Amino acid sequence: MTGLRGLAWLLLLQSIGELLSRGLSLPFPGPVIGMMLLLVALRWPLVREPVAACADFLLAHLSLLFVPVGVGVMTHLSLVSQYGGRMLLVIVLSTLIGLGVTVLTLHLLWRKHAEVR
Amino acid sequence: MPKFVELWVYLSATPLFGLTATLVVYVVAQAIYARLQQAPWANPVLWTVLVIAAVLLATGVSYPTYFAGAQFIHFLLGPAVVALAWPLWQRRAELRLRWGRLLLAALAGGIAASGSALALGWAVGLPLEVVLSLAPKSVTAPVAMGIAEKIGGIPALAAVFAVITGLVGALSGKYLFDAFGIPLDAAGWTARGFALGTASHGIGAARALQVNADAGAYAGLALGLQVVLASLLLPLLFRIF
Repeated sequence: MTGLRGLAWLLLLQSIGELLSRGLSLPFPGPVIGMMLLLVALRWPLVREPVAACADFLLAHLSLLFVPVGVGVMTHLSLVSQYGGRMLLVIVLSTLIGLGVTVLTLHLLWRKHAEVR
Repeated sequence: MPKFVELWVYLSATPLFGLTATLVVYVVAQAIYARLQQAPWANPVLWTVLVIAAVLLATGVSYPTYFAGAQFIHFLLGPAVVALAWPLWQRRAELRLRWGRLLLAALAGGIAASGSALALGWAVGLPLEVVLSLAPKSVTAPVAMGIAEKIGGIPALAAVFAVITGLVGALSGKYLFDAFGIPLDAAGWTARGFALGTASHGIGAARALQVNADAGAYAGLALGLQVVLASLLLPLLFRIF
């Protein structure tokens, strides 16, 4: 029941996020606004306790939620067969570049800060 | 066996099929992943997607028919993104201290990932709408679709690119970080997690969450930051050029 109340809070905040996103034509998607709202709302135990139970469950199985979109690759098989190799090459290289730049930036910033202290 | 064929035709056309197949295949893939000590190449999303796509192609069940059932799982992406506030709230004290540096890393990583995808895509001669669909690939799939639509890409293709990007990050992150000599202490884990969330969104974050709690929380933060930065900056950038 606690978990269910948590889900109700998450859906409610997502709905408010969608309303704000569309109503004010903000560039952020509804769930992201919902996340920012929840960050504020978590200070109240009435929200925090049920959300904690539900969020831990949802986030533990986060990767499952990407399966339906992932299977959508099969709808683009013609594009994949024509450009598949090149698309994959671009994705692999740019992902490695993104990972590398982020991890090295943060690693250096952490080290620099530790030296200052 | 006409009876069996009839039953299969009935079952494969109901939403029950897509939902059941997704859950059952994923549970099995997850069990194998755990048995293999979470080896990156055994990633449960990768194998679940491959097995389900193969089953659909072999049996002739269409993607929309599958999605009629799988949408119930897909739907939970929204509340899951909202729920990412929870690990952040738990670490609010340290995040307040590190805010500036994290924002800097998120900007650097996001620009590197998007910029290199655009440049490489153009360099190997991909069609323009494919190149534009590559730009938001480091952002979580539902958001990537919205951005692609705004800048002239193909939303469905952007979602697929985002998922592949997530898988590439989840598969290769550990080896890249080890090669760069990123340590396995608290600071190292936060940097590793943050990079996974920045360059490969929810799938990278899911991998980080499974490996280390600190890495998972920073991956969630990075994924949220990337969503905010990309949905602000990418459409703006393309309006200028």
